[in-house]
Amino acid sequence: MLQSLWENRVPVAAVVLFAVGFTTLLLHRNLLKKIIGLNIMDTAAYLFLTSLGYIAGRKPPIITDGNTDPSAYVNPLPAGLVLTGIVVSVSVTALMLALTVRLYERYHTLDLDQIYLMAKDEEEEKR
Amino acid sequence: MSFAANIPLFSIVLCLLASAVSALLRARAAAWVTRVLTALVAFGSVLVLLMGIKNGAAVTYQMGHFPAPWGNELRFGILEPLVSGIFAVVLLSCVVGGNKELQRDIEPAKQNLYFVMVDLILATLLALLYTNDLFTGYVFIEICTIASCGILMIRRLGRTTLAAVRYMIFSLIGSGMFMLGIIFLYSLTGHLLMPNLKSAVAALWASGESHTPLMMAMCLITLGLCIKSGLFPFHFWMPDTYGYSTPCSAGILSGLVSKGYIFLLIRIIRCVFGVEVFYASGIQTVLYVLGIAGMIVGSISAIRENEVFRMIAFSSAAQIGYIYMGLGLSPALGTVAAIFHILTHAITKPALFLSASRLVEVSGGRKRFKALQGAAHRDPMAGTAFAVGSLSMIGLPLTMGFIAKYLFAFAAFRENRLLLPTLLALAISTVLNTFYFARTLIRVYNTRGVTPVPPVRLRAQPGFAFAAILLMAENIACGVLAQPLIEMLTKGLSILE
Repeated sequence: MLQSLWENRVPVAAVVLFAVGFTTLLLHRNLLKKIIGLNIMDTAAYLFLTSLGYIAGRKPPIITDGNTDPSAYVNPLPAGLVLTGIVVSVSVTALMLALTVRLYERYHTLDLDQIYLMAKDEEEEKR
Repeated sequence: MSFAANIPLFSIVLCLLASAVSALLRARAAAWVTRVLTALVAFGSVLVLLMGIKNGAAVTYQMGHFPAPWGNELRFGILEPLVSGIFAVVLLSCVVGGNKELQRDIEPAKQNLYFVMVDLILATLLALLYTNDLFTGYVFIEICTIASCGILMIRRLGRTTLAAVRYMIFSLIGSGMFMLGIIFLYSLTGHLLMPNLKSAVAALWASGESHTPLMMAMCLITLGLCIKSGLFPFHFWMPDTYGYSTPCSAGILSGLVSKGYIFLLIRIIRCVFGVEVFYASGIQTVLYVLGIAGMIVGSISAIRENEVFRMIAFSSAAQIGYIYMGLGLSPALGTVAAIFHILTHAITKPALFLSASRLVEVSGGRKRFKALQGAAHRDPMAGTAFAVGSLSMIGLPLTMGFIAKYLFAFAAFRENRLLLPTLLALAISTVLNTFYFARTLIRVYNTRGVTPVPPVRLRAQPGFAFAAILLMAENIACGVLAQPLIEMLTKGLSILE
């Protein structure tokens, strides 16, 4: 049991990180912590994906010494996917932070439940 | 290869270009760019559709002529251009019909950015329809999420911003699940292009190896797309999102964006998992049960609502339930019914949101049902559009809603599967639909206790009149001449694999 956990330590770490991120995103009321949770979740997925592409003992896929044999290099595709994923998660984080700034300017708190109550009161007053 | 085969790629690139150019234009010019763009995309889709019908087979389009394991591909038969054409027309009517509210809800300096987002949404919808590569699908799902959040949060109300946060959180959990599913599939098979994945998945399923990871990947991908399209019990973001955004955004988000995800799911079921594998996995039963639960719970929530926009939003949750019920019912007729209902809902919901916003406008801007008493007499065009939309959602003959419900029942009868639960669910949910839509209709047409005012002229709101007439005409045309459409869907579905 312990040995197989150790052999699969990278996926295990990814799963633990993903769980941490997911619960933070779902359960925390603080908006900033939610965003941090989201980023941890994404990072876990990227860690898992990067570990898939790594083959022990091989070189990065850049031809420097004229060797074009693919078996000399690691799989470059997961790295490309991770790069795309990072771009996506950066832009999503920026958008979430922009939303947070807007909510904070209006309600002066980051607690989502309080913001919800205040927004509801605002609506009632308008009627 | 004929010239028409290039149109899907050109349309996507054109949409991306238009959105980049719109960022530099003034609002009026950007609005016209979007209108011309949607019309062009609709026209191009017709050409691709004609090519698909003539060929009777799907075309695989290699971008840049790089062959399979390295290149990225698009794929289109009959279904994809048909759906993309209808989506483009609906988008055009949303933008034109909701223009007055856009001017009211969005700061003048930011209005051109709204059209940047709309062009991006059209690009992503086209990409989701046409792509033959799973990871491209993921990237465009994320772009779609960001653009959708953009057209939602551009209205600067507290509740709207809050709705945008909630929408983002649900969407991101959904796309996170989807990405994990793709990673699992990639680690199992080593492929990302759909045809290669399909043969690898079929071989893996037949050999019985790695059964749990494969099931896990299928569950994650399906679950991710279900969360993003708002299947019960993940529909909690819907009422606020649709209820507090500007009507044009509500129409686009409810009518098109959530449908794009469902269509991608249908594509993935057909072209990645394969029908045999997916319908042997048991996931379809879960979709069926959740779909029926969504139909009933969504309708009951709509009945309890006392605000017109939130009522229509909860009704969306119920309609999404119908679509998933059809998907879970059977791979052939059930899925045809589901796709027909996708089109029904895409055409009907924007009409309802746009006309409801006109009715609210002539009732002093109050959204409660009480304030809407007699509103249809104050704005006859909005009243008519709302009536046609409501009757279509209830499922009266001559409208698309009737054909959709007929197809669901027909699928259950013909394939003799789950007959009793399907018919019961259809009956109960139709009664519930009738209850809340008829109640609203009676309210807006009842003039008791209302002092009559001169009705709003058609000439005073040309944009809305154009959109309302276009959507109503589509609805009734597709409802009356349903047979050719159903034949096209059936043929399109059969060449999707």
